[in-house]
Amino acid sequence: MVGVEGSYNDKVIRQFSVMTVVWGVVGMLVGVFIAAQLYWPALNFDVPWLSYGRLRPLHTNAVIFAFGGCALFATSLYTVQRTCHVRLISDKLASFVFWGWQLVIVAAAVSLPLGYTQGKEYAELEWPIDVLITIVWVAYAVLFFGTIVKRKVKHIYVANWFYGAYIITIALLHIVNNLAIPAGWMKSYSVYSGAVDAMVQWWYGHNAVGFFLTTAFLGMMYYFVPKQAGRPIYSYRLSIVHFWALIAIYMWAGPHHLQYTALPDWAQNLGMVFSLVLLAPSWGGAINGILTLSGVWYKLRTDPILKFLVVSLSFYMMSTFEGPMMSIKTVNSLSHYTDWTIGHVHAGALGWVAMISIGSIYAMLPRLLRLPKMYSTKLIDTHFWLHTIGVVVYIAAMWIAGVTQGLMWRATDPDTGTLVYSFVEALNATKPYYVFRLGGGLIVLSGMFVMAWNVFKTFRLAAASTEPQPLLAPDAADARA
Amino acid sequence: MTSGWTWYVIAIVVINLIGCVWLLRSNTRRNPSDPKPDETSHVWDGDITEYNKALPRWWINLFYITIVFAVGYLVWFGVGTFRGYGHWSSEKEWALDEAAENARLDDTLKLYAGKPIDELAKNPQAVAIGRTIFLNRCAACHGSTGRGATGFPDLTDDIWHWGGTPHRILETIQEGRQAVMPAWATTLTAQGGSTAVDDTIAYVLSLSKPAQPKDEAAERGEKLFATICVACHGPQGKGNQVVGAPDLTDSYWLYGSSRTSLRKTLNEGRQGVMPAWKPVLGDTRTRLVGAYVWTLSPHKDPPPAGAVVAE
Repeated sequence: MVGVEGSYNDKVIRQFSVMTVVWGVVGMLVGVFIAAQLYWPALNFDVPWLSYGRLRPLHTNAVIFAFGGCALFATSLYTVQRTCHVRLISDKLASFVFWGWQLVIVAAAVSLPLGYTQGKEYAELEWPIDVLITIVWVAYAVLFFGTIVKRKVKHIYVANWFYGAYIITIALLHIVNNLAIPAGWMKSYSVYSGAVDAMVQWWYGHNAVGFFLTTAFLGMMYYFVPKQAGRPIYSYRLSIVHFWALIAIYMWAGPHHLQYTALPDWAQNLGMVFSLVLLAPSWGGAINGILTLSGVWYKLRTDPILKFLVVSLSFYMMSTFEGPMMSIKTVNSLSHYTDWTIGHVHAGALGWVAMISIGSIYAMLPRLLRLPKMYSTKLIDTHFWLHTIGVVVYIAAMWIAGVTQGLMWRATDPDTGTLVYSFVEALNATKPYYVFRLGGGLIVLSGMFVMAWNVFKTFRLAAASTEPQPLLAPDAADARA
Repeated sequence: MTSGWTWYVIAIVVINLIGCVWLLRSNTRRNPSDPKPDETSHVWDGDITEYNKALPRWWINLFYITIVFAVGYLVWFGVGTFRGYGHWSSEKEWALDEAAENARLDDTLKLYAGKPIDELAKNPQAVAIGRTIFLNRCAACHGSTGRGATGFPDLTDDIWHWGGTPHRILETIQEGRQAVMPAWATTLTAQGGSTAVDDTIAYVLSLSKPAQPKDEAAERGEKLFATICVACHGPQGKGNQVVGAPDLTDSYWLYGSSRTSLRKTLNEGRQGVMPAWKPVLGDTRTRLVGAYVWTLSPHKDPPPAGAVVAE
């Protein structure tokens, strides 16, 4: 053993973990509210800042960048310290990243309902907030890669490759898509226009899915699945192949958001074929995670945390199969602009992203707080079932609604050559499913409240023992000077 | 797009796909110097280790199949200025589909070709077809019941700004209409002082309430009306269907009867637009939708006396 001194910086991890739960509750609450608005439009109360058009981007930003973002900051900074056997390079920088990111979230929560928007999906925030995001992100990159550089082990653990790729790519995407000419403090004009603007936006949009919501969470998977299962990762080789293939192929998939639009045919062709090639690299990560459980499947009976992790991988496989299928032009002509897309997004966001985050937070918190386990394992199990049932109800409702819309919009009467249904008739036909969607969302949200309670009680249990945890010495064979 | 950019795109596509194939081939077999499948070589964080097991064969094959498909698809459908061996384009596909559909439609609808809309309105089948066209094309502005909205005329009454004869209704649908109410506030104020706009509004509102005595403002407005508005709306305010000037003596107000709305009309003018539908729907389908519109209106009132009626 090589002796090491010092301790981990767990303060920033605890802060981000708590905010993951807080923003999870807030973001999903807004989601439930706007789902209710779709069924009862009167719920906007004729108040502009409660209107659907302003709250919808608030919901997406809150769940992706506040809930998902905090979960990624927490787990990446935890993983990089544990697998590099070294403390974060700077406590001040860590603190800056935490408070900077919270400021971004609060600025979003204020400016979006007030109606300030760039009108780009998932990049709505106006330029001063974009500048702040850039500064915080660069600080995060310095913190993360600086810690890697200082590591005490020779090899960089696979989870860190994924986190690293995500940090670099998000910086690139964010800056390129948000290039704009300011026209006042909260108004700007994009430097792109027309089809180029659309292409840049969806290059960004799809890679936000690819690198923020997929690559980064695979990093989470690569640490917490083997840790929680107590098993070695199934295959090092598989992780190499699917990592490089994933980050190379994802970059091309954006145009599938613009099938049958003014985008040139050939760009649409590329978007479609690379989305199909993406299937195998996407599944590679899920296979590596699921096969890691070989020999310990019995643990699922007693460990609801592992259930969260494994079911998240199942949803991941399902939505990364569904995605390439939906990018096929023929399928896309049916699915595009319908609620099917909404269902697909939530299979990924609630099924994969939220479940792996929730499972990882449950796995990480007791370790952070030097407790043997969370306050209540039973409540984790309750949360697992609430979440799973809620997600299934949600996506099933959206599948049915989406396919119904797609079929009704294109139905023509062969005798008269006219469309059979008007738009409003398709809307009426899908309305009942909006209640099911709301119900599914409510069930998921109730699970988040169970989590909040469990986390609160766990912190109460641990209140006395917040002394820093000493660094773990690396294995002698892997140690690096 | 120049051929230079085409080659650039093709080059990075090929490099990317070849890279994937190379990645797969070089990792399908274990390098003898690498750890054995069941060996866990490195340890992180006390207990995290990795096996080096074989990639699942079905997964490797899936990857290869998608790459082969991608190459075949791009060769057939094209990249950049290279149009592909299938000579496909979305524009061409659309044009062919549209031509085929239109030919089929012309055949199906030839029964109704060239007939006046009031005659078609007696045929329930024609009206039913017209209704579905209306719901998909016209309902966005005129409402699914045809009752209109602010700025979009109600089609269920007997008021026709551009004429209510079968011929004029069809013309409105086929060729569209561009209404032009100019902004008169400056001219009015120059002639009648600072109260001119409100005076004119008072007079215009009094036109639809002939029983009530006119107040002073309305009397001042009457003079202004007689010099300016009269040109289109006529001496009695009965309108002119030739230019689409509404009758101001009835109870229907396209933009609402509030003083705020009328002030906006005089200050900024109004430019109502009915798009031309013949280029989109063709002759027969505009006639069918006209037949449906014809059935919406009761056609009770003869044109009011004094109005300029278009034909």
